[in-house]
Amino acid sequence: MSKINELFDSELKVINLGLESFSDDLKLQKKAVVHVEWRPVAGGNKKLSSILNQL
Amino acid sequence: MLKEKIEQANKEAIEKLFKAQPTLIGLGTAEQDIPNMNKKTILHAGPPVKWEKMSGPLKGAIMGGLIYEGLAKDEEEAIKLAESGEITFDSCHHHSAVGPMAGVVTASMPVWIVENTTFGNKAYCTLNEGLGKVLRYGAYSEEVIERLNWIEKTLAPVLKATLALSGPIDLQTMIAQVIQMGDEGHNRNKAGTSLMIRELAPYLVQTSFDSQVKSDVLTFMHGNDHFFLNLTMPAFKSSLDPLENTPYCTLVYTMARNGTEFGIRVAGIGNRWFTAPAEVIDGLFFPGFTKEDANPDIGDSVICETAGAGGFAMAAAIPIVQFVGGTPQDAINFTKSMYEITQGENASFKVPVLDFKGTPTGIDIRKVVETGILPVINTGIAHKDAGVGQVGAGLVRPPMKCFEEALEAFAESVGIS
Repeated sequence: MSKINELFDSELKVINLGLESFSDDLKLQKKAVVHVEWRPVAGGNKKLSSILNQL
Repeated sequence: MLKEKIEQANKEAIEKLFKAQPTLIGLGTAEQDIPNMNKKTILHAGPPVKWEKMSGPLKGAIMGGLIYEGLAKDEEEAIKLAESGEITFDSCHHHSAVGPMAGVVTASMPVWIVENTTFGNKAYCTLNEGLGKVLRYGAYSEEVIERLNWIEKTLAPVLKATLALSGPIDLQTMIAQVIQMGDEGHNRNKAGTSLMIRELAPYLVQTSFDSQVKSDVLTFMHGNDHFFLNLTMPAFKSSLDPLENTPYCTLVYTMARNGTEFGIRVAGIGNRWFTAPAEVIDGLFFPGFTKEDANPDIGDSVICETAGAGGFAMAAAIPIVQFVGGTPQDAINFTKSMYEITQGENASFKVPVLDFKGTPTGIDIRKVVETGILPVINTGIAHKDAGVGQVGAGLVRPPMKCFEEALEAFAESVGIS
């Protein structure tokens, strides 16, 4: 059995980063999932991000 | 090199805040005690705002203030006078003062005098009128003006005489205590009000006033759970003001709203305001009112969050969720999330449920912009129209624009673009 099948045959432990709807789908399938509220630095604003790098 | 300078400045600023000793030293009147105050000046909450741009509750409170001062006999005259340009409107914060909700302060109003004895600076705040139909929520009917007169003619003289007997009262220790008694010092002040009554009562009974008057004063304080708010606010104001003009410091030393705009000031950028339109509050409404009735965020009481109390101390004040909405776990999560955007743990305000960890204190504009996490604020909700009053309480966040613009201005001030 390939490693990937071993993974899907075992109990899944999922950490979801980014879009929360991915974790909602897993919850609907009764899978354990921890959602991390991750956002890009300064909401992706390049100017602010560059300022922050220098401060 | 620049990063080290900022770290050092922020460290020194937070130490200054933790060394503060806000102390209630007396009770005076706005005209006599507040710097640059006169009969024709009206102070208000938040950043400066012109009459034309003022929200309903602020206009209502100003109209009530003019009637209370005898400068106008009714609503119509008050509007005319306010529009005439004869009255100077200014931010409480420009006069070492703070005011909850509309925050209107007029010349004859009695004010608490709080001194930060470590640095010698003072802060002023009016006496809390109670909840519901009150001036600070924009109401100005006869009962509102009558209550203001009673505060001036009865409550204030009794409390002044009481303080003359009691001597100065250490507010820093009292606030540290109430945070361990279920208050967060902004929207829950039940313990603080109780402790203050306990502190004052033995001296109040020794004053020479009539027994009925003494009873009325104690009953008024007892019936108003927010009585202590008007003491936590000047306590925090006096604690934070010494941070102004700390070079290279990225910590926020003022947050305030005037009902139209939210404004912040940053220690390293002096007294310049960074403003954006105030947000609408998500909360629980009194029967008969909905979100449609709510005015945008208003008041100087967010000085509490700026000092590490209020929404930042919600984990210490779990019962407050029954007033502002949410669950006990939400209250704990709000406090925990604020550590992401603050300089450190408060040296005095400890949260029992978090193993007595200090509350998150010292909002760093860099962290707010980087993480996108905005300060959480516990607050009251005023009706959007003048003359109505309070319609609920809830939670709100400041607009991100204030922090983004402050960060850009700070960067410019240290030679970065």
